[in-house]
Amino acid sequence: MVLSGDEAVAQAALDAGVAGAFAYPGTPSTEIMEYLQEHIGEAAGAAGTVRVAQWCANEKTAYESALGVSFAGKRAMVSMKHVGLNVAMDPFVNSALVRIHGGLVVVVADDPGMHSSQNEQDSRLLAEFARIPCFEPSDQQEAYDMVRLAFDYSEAHEVPVLLRITTRLAHARDLVTTAPARAVSDMGKTGDTYAWVLMPAMARRQWAGLLAKQAVFRADADAASRLELGSNELGVITCGLGRAYYMENEDDWAQAHGGERPTHLHIGRYPVGTEKIGALASRVGRVLVVEEGYPYVERDLRGIFGAPLPVAGKMTGEIPLAGELSADSVRAALGLSPREAVAAAAIEVPGRAPQFCQGCPHADSFIALKKALEGEVEFFAASDIGCYTLSALPPWNAVESCVDMGASVGMARGAASVGQKRAIGVIGDSTFYHSGMTNLIDAVKYRTPMTLLILDNGTTGMTGAQPTISATSRLPRLLEGLGVEKEHIRALEAHRRAIEADAAAIREELAYDGVSVIVMVRECIEWLKKARKS
Amino acid sequence: MTCDIILCGVGGQGGLSVSVVIARAAMAAGLHVKQSEVHGMSQRGGEVLAHLRISDREIYSPTIPKGKTDIIFAFEPLEALRYLSWLSVERGTVVAAMVPILNIPNYPDIDSVFGEIRKIPRARLIDADTIAKEAGNVRSANLVLVGAAADLLPVPPKAIEKEVEALFSRKGEAVVQANLKAFELGRHIQHA
Repeated sequence: MVLSGDEAVAQAALDAGVAGAFAYPGTPSTEIMEYLQEHIGEAAGAAGTVRVAQWCANEKTAYESALGVSFAGKRAMVSMKHVGLNVAMDPFVNSALVRIHGGLVVVVADDPGMHSSQNEQDSRLLAEFARIPCFEPSDQQEAYDMVRLAFDYSEAHEVPVLLRITTRLAHARDLVTTAPARAVSDMGKTGDTYAWVLMPAMARRQWAGLLAKQAVFRADADAASRLELGSNELGVITCGLGRAYYMENEDDWAQAHGGERPTHLHIGRYPVGTEKIGALASRVGRVLVVEEGYPYVERDLRGIFGAPLPVAGKMTGEIPLAGELSADSVRAALGLSPREAVAAAAIEVPGRAPQFCQGCPHADSFIALKKALEGEVEFFAASDIGCYTLSALPPWNAVESCVDMGASVGMARGAASVGQKRAIGVIGDSTFYHSGMTNLIDAVKYRTPMTLLILDNGTTGMTGAQPTISATSRLPRLLEGLGVEKEHIRALEAHRRAIEADAAAIREELAYDGVSVIVMVRECIEWLKKARKS
Repeated sequence: MTCDIILCGVGGQGGLSVSVVIARAAMAAGLHVKQSEVHGMSQRGGEVLAHLRISDREIYSPTIPKGKTDIIFAFEPLEALRYLSWLSVERGTVVAAMVPILNIPNYPDIDSVFGEIRKIPRARLIDADTIAKEAGNVRSANLVLVGAAADLLPVPPKAIEKEVEALFSRKGEAVVQANLKAFELGRHIQHA
């Protein structure tokens, strides 16, 4: 089958007999759940077997659902983008200490180069932080194979396994050979519930057990790494997709070195084993480390006292520390001259930033907001993660912050609590359910004078219009339940024809000395298109 | 044999489906294929870019190294200029549609854009929209471009036609026919 990395992961989970898969949308991981939802119905399963693939309110809730599936004795997968793992950090780190029953695979898609993210954190370090094994495929086939292996490994060692992929792997397509599907296994509920009660006495025992497993993880990672002996001048260590960029240039290096290839060690599992690295180091004069993300293996190689032989990589600048790898950057690090290329255009080629879709309801909301703030000098418009963040750019220049999911509510509240006038949070409905609600409870508790604009388009638009976890019609009741005063919950139509009235309503609520929430309602254009198609 | 192709345009132009057509035709011919695209922020009027790599040997990098690209298909002329340094000096060329998408305030003078494209050896500037209308569907402009470069592709036109039929069949016979016609009209453009 021709599959993207995301699809290969999803297909492997189906073929591995996954019973429960959970996720919150986030580029570049979204297509895993989309594929699962499309295909889980047709996947093999014994009659009466229940298999679910569900979008959840956020990554933490998704993770905890997956944990419950494991407890119940079935295979579980939770998938997210790298920053989603920050949200799920609590269940993630603590799930390392329970006695995993049904296999639990945590798929995290990192975004080096920040194609569609606010940072480029490296999830391999978080796997180490939780002390669990991390698998990192180098292509789509390996993504498929590793997911299947990860389920087995998770059950054999009773720990979650993190599968780390990156944007290019997630979104590139290649031919993948699948293996026969296995049925959904049902081991029944765990027989060792004490190992799931992380009170101090039990947690200490579980922690000791987890620490004892580290040597096994290392040895298994070592056995799985691939050492190909070659030149004793240069040793290249590749991780994940780094292998592809290295292999793209290997022939040229060999040609420049009398036909001899570098000694090459490929690492696809962590914590890193030591034997093969030792074998490589004892053979070569210098080492180049090619890894996507942080200099993680490289840092270990150098240690504090320094490596016994020269090491090149991101810490010494042969490979850029920021951004994603490419065949070109790896080529330069190998000391090969760049390929001759056509000259860049002689005229300036301006960038083309993404924009609101034609007819987007957000655009009308921001026209109304700007109108409401006309002539005002003192205000703070905090924003959040979603299509509406585009309003930070010209010609809008409407919002002033974008940090993490739900931060608009908390930041507006925090600023208002110390005297910031006209503190406004601007958040989408999906992001509000994800992480905005708890901040609003804080605001209600302290009667913080702030106004929250919930741009309710009924969908998670930025990632391709997945359904929001709760319906628009239920939002006002939810806000009331959170304690927002009924007369300061306003539902407005986000539409060109209502701009004057909307702006007046926003002005009124900005003048209120307490918590007010304005819900700007209109469906996402992309969502409508998608709904019409299906 | 390797054939590295960049497909670029502006979000909403549908260039990625053309990538699928060429990729499937190559796979059916038993060739190795790797396709790479970036989703997310690149939608909605922003730059859209896909890499398509075809070879009779194993392909490693999902993206094309600089200086290796054989063909840039630009569904919008300015977008072609963004990726010139990916073009191979010996083999590389540009096949670009002529109609600009003017959704930015600082779009350069269109004649200077055409001038830059014409500097590339064997470059083909195609009035794809007009030809697509002639084919019966303006949305088939991308296939006009593919037709205009059919002689440069590592798969025969018949194989492309077969995949066009397969891909567009669920949209109805009229769409299939318009796209086939667009491809054919593209193939018959005389290049200087």
